[in-house]
Amino acid sequence: MTTYIIRRLLQLPITVVGVTMLIFAMLQLLSPVERSALYIRDIPKSEAQVDRIIRQYGLDQPVYVQYWRWLVGTVDASTGERKGGVLRGDLGYSRTGRQDVKDLLLHRLPATVELALWSVLPIVGIGIWLGMQAAIHHNKPIDQVARIFAIIGYSFPTFVFGLLVLMLLYAKTGWFPPGRLSDAMTQVVMSDSFTRYTQINTLDALINRRFDVFVDALRHIFLPVITLCYIQWALLLKITRSSMLEALRQDYVRTARAKGLAERVVINRHVRKNALIPVATVGGLTIVGLLNGVVITETVFNYPGLGSAVAAAAVSLDVVTVLGFVLFNATLLIMANLIVDIFYAFLDPRVRLG
Amino acid sequence: MATETIALSPELAGGLQLRMPGRLERLLGPEWYRLLRGLMTNPLSVAGIILIGFFLLVAALAPVLAPPIEGGGNPYLIPRDGYGAEPKPPGAEWRRGQPPLPFWYQTVTGKDQWVHLLGTASGQFDIYYGLVWGTRTAIFVGVAVVSLSLLIGLIVGSVSAFYGGKLDDVLMRITEIFMAFPFLLAALTLTSILVPLVGRGIGPAMIALIVFGWMGYARVIRGDILTVKERDYVLAARVIGGDDTRILLRHVLPNAVFSTMVLASLDVGAIVLAFAALSFLGVGTDIGYADWGQVISFARAFILSLDQYWYIVAFPGAALLLFGLAWNLIGDALRDILDPRMKGTRGA
Repeated sequence: MTTYIIRRLLQLPITVVGVTMLIFAMLQLLSPVERSALYIRDIPKSEAQVDRIIRQYGLDQPVYVQYWRWLVGTVDASTGERKGGVLRGDLGYSRTGRQDVKDLLLHRLPATVELALWSVLPIVGIGIWLGMQAAIHHNKPIDQVARIFAIIGYSFPTFVFGLLVLMLLYAKTGWFPPGRLSDAMTQVVMSDSFTRYTQINTLDALINRRFDVFVDALRHIFLPVITLCYIQWALLLKITRSSMLEALRQDYVRTARAKGLAERVVINRHVRKNALIPVATVGGLTIVGLLNGVVITETVFNYPGLGSAVAAAAVSLDVVTVLGFVLFNATLLIMANLIVDIFYAFLDPRVRLG
Repeated sequence: MATETIALSPELAGGLQLRMPGRLERLLGPEWYRLLRGLMTNPLSVAGIILIGFFLLVAALAPVLAPPIEGGGNPYLIPRDGYGAEPKPPGAEWRRGQPPLPFWYQTVTGKDQWVHLLGTASGQFDIYYGLVWGTRTAIFVGVAVVSLSLLIGLIVGSVSAFYGGKLDDVLMRITEIFMAFPFLLAALTLTSILVPLVGRGIGPAMIALIVFGWMGYARVIRGDILTVKERDYVLAARVIGGDDTRILLRHVLPNAVFSTMVLASLDVGAIVLAFAALSFLGVGTDIGYADWGQVISFARAFILSLDQYWYIVAFPGAALLLFGLAWNLIGDALRDILDPRMKGTRGA
């Protein structure tokens, strides 16, 4: 097990370096003047200023020099101060966000984390439960309904589904508004009497015992959560179902039944544990789905998180911001996949020994 | 698709019955034949095939269903009825810039003037025209993106598997790096970089979807080639002195490419949905280009009053959903047919 983890950890830097190289390569598609936007905080007053930045940050140097400087930053010759450097957390300046990309990331992160937290439990819980029910009642009505539910789910473009639920559950009824909080509740949250411990509204509201804020935050987050869930349920349902069916066909299940165990015991003891091992591999896919999903979902529902920020930046061709976000997301995904792999090896001895 | 059986003389075969392949099976080969038979006997995949046929028909007949304005230039630019911001409901009168009437119009609708059959979006773009010509855009984008990604995947995967060793290691690491990005987000990024370079249109989004879309094929074909290249006939080809290119193209690839091709053809639906998502976000085609995602993006201006302007979401949304559904219905059936563990079982 330890060797497996060490081997996986050794591969990690290669992938991370590769990811930075790929992002840097995309950056190289832009001209030096456009790339100077990385370091410009306000609209340049003259061309001479832009030229100075290009020289200062070495944007006219050979590619490998630029790559190194982009990674670790540039030492200012006059002050000896180190500026820039992706590895130091300086992702450049966001034109659309009007602040450093890093600050924009940190500022928008809690909203997306809140969305993800509310989505993960229903996605995993209900998705797996539906898949198991479908497999246990193979070819019965419940199975057919689940299959149709799944196939429509992964054919539904996220934005179409989002717009439809908005149409039905907000425009027609006014139940679940878009955004993150209503105006009145935003004032409460911003006021001095409300302490923002985590920036996660629902959690802060509970800690502050403001249940009106809690309910309001929940009303706003409900539709984005439903949208993220529906698309993801389909995948989990499908994988759980086929993996359960596979497990149900095994010889040890026949043996368990033959020795007279109750069906419930057979399912819980012998089938479920083995069937859920492959489901763990989907963990990585679920995270990808969430990272992709929040971009569209947050845009549809006007929800002020990471996803809507990156979409807005992309539309105004603010490449610096977009690349900063992508670097952040790719790193997150690599870490998540590592954890999923280790967890998987822990569950299934065949993986680490194979 | 009748199958003939011949009985060998009892003393030869001990009463054994051999199944002779029918004419169609001989024409297609056993793999494709099994696939086709599986698809045609499953009601869900038949529904998918009919849906795709319908979309192909609409795409082919676009100039008849929605004739472009004479001398109006690019038919993919949706004709507009003035410039008003307020969308008009289905059946609203078409006042300005009417396209020519198609021959079927009066018989089917009973009207002698164009109306906006499915309403207009803001800017008075006609939704019906957007959907009909958008079908062409969807099919073109789907097929082109998938074919080019498949080509890249085939080249990378087969070189990697065939030559093996260090080259294999390097190529597979590169593949993994591309896979480290969330697909849609990476495509969104590259599109926003390419737009200033290439200009707006279907180009940037297509390139981005290809650049981040080939890795799956490369991995599948690599695995299949690794098994095929050890076969005896490959060894035989090498013994008689065939060079690498010839062995790869004539003997290895044709015998390994089957599952990759099937996988790729199923991705057309997903690619069209991803392309529509990019358009919806606003980095795809220009405003007014006939593309489903572009049409539905008009709805973003009205998310507070979608009950009133439902037709901007409902019609292009239905087109996208049905298109995706059609491919997935076939894909589901195909996976069952091709999964060796499912051989002989039904409805799994």
